[in-house]
Amino acid sequence: MANTREIRRRIRSVENTAKITNAIQLVAASKMRRAQDRALQARPYAEKMQTVLGHLSGVAGEPETAHPLLERRDVNETTVILITPDRGLCGGLIANLERHTGEIVLGPDAGGSGDISMIPVGRKGGDYFQRFGIDFRASFQELGDYPGLAETQPISRIAIDDYTDGKVDQVMLVYASFVNTVTQVPVTVPILPVEPPASDEESSGETQYIFEPSPQEVLADLLPRYVDLLVYQAVLEAAASEQSARMVAMRNATDAANDMISDLTLVYNKARQEQITSELLDITGGVEALKG
Amino acid sequence: MPLTLEIITGERRLLRQEDVDEVVAPGSLGELGILPNHAPLITSLVPGELRVKTGNDVEEFFVSGGFLEVHSDEVTVLADAAEHGSEIDAARAEEARQRAVERLEQASDADRARAQAALSRSLQRLRVLEHRRRRGGGGRDMSRPTA
Repeated sequence: MANTREIRRRIRSVENTAKITNAIQLVAASKMRRAQDRALQARPYAEKMQTVLGHLSGVAGEPETAHPLLERRDVNETTVILITPDRGLCGGLIANLERHTGEIVLGPDAGGSGDISMIPVGRKGGDYFQRFGIDFRASFQELGDYPGLAETQPISRIAIDDYTDGKVDQVMLVYASFVNTVTQVPVTVPILPVEPPASDEESSGETQYIFEPSPQEVLADLLPRYVDLLVYQAVLEAAASEQSARMVAMRNATDAANDMISDLTLVYNKARQEQITSELLDITGGVEALKG
Repeated sequence: MPLTLEIITGERRLLRQEDVDEVVAPGSLGELGILPNHAPLITSLVPGELRVKTGNDVEEFFVSGGFLEVHSDEVTVLADAAEHGSEIDAARAEEARQRAVERLEQASDADRARAQAALSRSLQRLRVLEHRRRRGGGGRDMSRPTA
């Protein structure tokens, strides 16, 4: 049986850990609520933009209205935009993202016949894949807890520019999709070339839209914004996932610490009782001896 | 049948109103008015003022560009950024205007386009404010948006 002083010290140290994990949990919980709200608020815009793009895609299918961002080429280079948190302490989230991305960029048939490059967003993903000597087209860190379009636009603009210049032929987005507070799933979304959503029968078949100034110009305006938006949405979802994962991980850690504290307290009380009993035995033994 | 108007930005849904009589928007080919039974239309927008008429009331919004779609009496504005007249901060818009003018004077060609765009946004914001003031303000106050 360990002595009581040692057990007391362990208890105190676990208590301190629990205080820290609890504080991180509370902070993550409040950030999570806002990050989730923002991810949900961005959805109507994305949905509407997809409908408009759907209406346009009927017209865009014709060769004379095609746009560089719709053009499919043979793939000589693929860029993967990987969105990860800047900080750890969020459970298995980062490891899952890294494993998922690893299969794409390091696997046996990575990039098909072509090269692979990456744009890591967030420190964790960048640090990890740097070790494998993968070419980075750019890297972004510290977007903040609540990034806006202004922060994510540079990311999408690099992808668009490289694609238009023919430096890359395919761009994919990897991020932790937010399912709910306890579930976040790494997903891969191809963003370039843009795959226009299939337009539904009712809108494309019967309605003839007037386009101002012209279908080509509207498309040229809309496509870059659409890519901006895909990246923006992914970043928002990733932020919601990060905070949720951290909240859950830290709640588990706090619970584990509290369990440990109560186990240790039990051991401590037993040890203390034993000590008192043996002291009492010593004293009564002494008294008996004096009476003798 | 009146129009249904939705103004959506990447960050929030600013407005959804179902009894709109007329929408006047800053289209890229010039200002355009939309009345009920308008033909289906998709147009890009430039920075400017969007006016919404409901009965005798008029409300002004600022949009910084984007798209507008009309389909079966539903008008959807997909704006890069949009504000209700009551949300615009006059001092900030004025400051932005001055900054843009200064930058325009000493800008290289690359910066010129951006300064120009910033200038046009600030001027349009001020114009929305001016119209709102001349009309006598009133209407909704969205300066403190409900979460």
